[in-house]
Amino acid sequence: MKKVYAHPKSLKRAVFHYCPGCGHSIAHRLICEVIDEMGLQDKTVGIPPPGCSVFAYHYFDVDMAECAHGRGAAVATGIKRACPDIVVFTYQGDGDLAAIGTAETIHAANRGENTTTVFINNAVYGMTGGQMAPTTLRGMKTTTTPYGRDHVIEGHPIKMSEMLAPLEGVAYIERVAVNSPANIRKAKKAITKAFQMQLDKRGFSMVEILSPCPTNWKMTPIQAWKWVDDEMSKIFPLGVYKDVTEQKSAD
Amino acid sequence: MPKVLMDGNSAIGEAAIRAGCQCYFGYPITPQNELIEYMATHLSRRKGCVFVQAESELAAINMVYGASVVGARAMTSSSSPGISLKQEGISYLAACELPAVIVNMSRGGPGLGSIAAAQSDYFQATRGGGHGDYRTIVLAPSSVQELADLTIRAFDLADKYKIPVIILGDGVLGQMMEPVEFKQEAPAVLPVREGSLRGAKGRPSKIIKTFTSNPAELEEINWSLFRRYGLIKKQETTFETFMIDDAKLVVVAFGIAARIAKGAIRNVRAEGLKVGLLRPITLWPFPDEAVKEVVKNVNHFLVFEMNMGQMLEDVQLSLEGKGEVSFYGRPGGVIPTPSEVSRVISRLYYQKGLK
Repeated sequence: MKKVYAHPKSLKRAVFHYCPGCGHSIAHRLICEVIDEMGLQDKTVGIPPPGCSVFAYHYFDVDMAECAHGRGAAVATGIKRACPDIVVFTYQGDGDLAAIGTAETIHAANRGENTTTVFINNAVYGMTGGQMAPTTLRGMKTTTTPYGRDHVIEGHPIKMSEMLAPLEGVAYIERVAVNSPANIRKAKKAITKAFQMQLDKRGFSMVEILSPCPTNWKMTPIQAWKWVDDEMSKIFPLGVYKDVTEQKSAD
Repeated sequence: MPKVLMDGNSAIGEAAIRAGCQCYFGYPITPQNELIEYMATHLSRRKGCVFVQAESELAAINMVYGASVVGARAMTSSSSPGISLKQEGISYLAACELPAVIVNMSRGGPGLGSIAAAQSDYFQATRGGGHGDYRTIVLAPSSVQELADLTIRAFDLADKYKIPVIILGDGVLGQMMEPVEFKQEAPAVLPVREGSLRGAKGRPSKIIKTFTSNPAELEEINWSLFRRYGLIKKQETTFETFMIDDAKLVVVAFGIAARIAKGAIRNVRAEGLKVGLLRPITLWPFPDEAVKEVVKNVNHFLVFEMNMGQMLEDVQLSLEGKGEVSFYGRPGGVIPTPSEVSRVISRLYYQKGLK
């Protein structure tokens, strides 16, 4: 009989605490599959953030060092510079990466740190109960934008992949989603490529994942998956934003 | 080894390299820029060593956190406003029991304040500084030689007790030049610190974390931290006494203020006044037993600080109501002269009828 699925070795056999339909558990599994396939389990240090995924260290069977809100890129810099042989990835939400940690993220990317960031964009602060995120869509209702996000007052959804891609230290940025089998397959390919960029010392790599949050979006999982296609990916288009291995030399 | 003439900031840099510091992360701020520049020039050229000019003090302390996670000897430095920004990271380092050395060449405050030397960060340094129940070891040098010596001690203490160590200097100590002797060569390679994360090769994966949803577990972590703090207090409290044996009045001062006080004491001694000095070298743990010992023979204390009276509270707590405590302080970056302090001492001496 052909084996079509196995529990990833670097994913602990723990029950996820995530809500039904949440994208975190899919993203976790994809990263673990990639770590297994690339043989990185014993040389990886992961950096989980505060937020719903603060307990990521209960699931990833690799060395994990929790860090302060938004400081993932700085901590990754310290780890990678001190020990360049370690494979470092940060796992960050939208509040973490695109609000409180914007400076750390931009400068780590600009320095071309050989680190990999998995950026979970679910347009909302999940763990604290559904407040506005920097990536909250215009008109979207959250607990701190109860009348809908008004761009005149609250600004516009921030597009991190588009912002970071032009920086010269950036090797690879792709935006993917985990709301359908086809998208999940693409997401895994992107994560693999991001880790490969790090191994090849090409510079900063990031995969932005549009990730459903049915609980705080007040939707069923099925509605949430559809909303990623119908609404979210219109503002945050999927695709490759930077890939230095695809760029032709100007000369 | 021959003595070399060096400013205090550079002396810390050289001492740190000789202590085996592998990583320095910093952000420019006066009056400590000679230190970040020294590391950019010298540490960055050493094999396997790392220098990064960070985008902020917040980033710098979190880079230190990352380097400490993998077991490297790491340091950062700043001055008062920058140290405020580092408090987030210091709290996490303390919580995760990660060693690190943090230099504060303090300046006048509050706010942006001035770039002149002050001692107004005593409370911040000795009470933990950031959120949560924790302490850091705080070392207060008063000469360039002592800056160098205490820098080496800071790295050793940080590793020994798995704790962030603060070197609390000031703008004068950082900027002034004095002869300094470095007593040890830099180690070729330091062993990887036990407990560091470098990938789960040949062992189960490990976690460094602070967050727990179980208050009882967190309480136990706090208990465990404070058991270690008790040990540090017992083993590492240090102080200096100066002309104290026959003293009727004892000045208590730390850092550069103690240096000024020594000059003042020499002045008043020449006039026949019996005055001595107690200088805490560890501000945390504070040498309260030393204060208790002094009050057995001396009733009058003058606490002299370049702030509005911060260590004063520790002296009062140590005295437990015994003795009489007076205070003289100059905040804001004003540096009193020894003759100014000798006038304060002799006025107090005569007012208290000690002559």
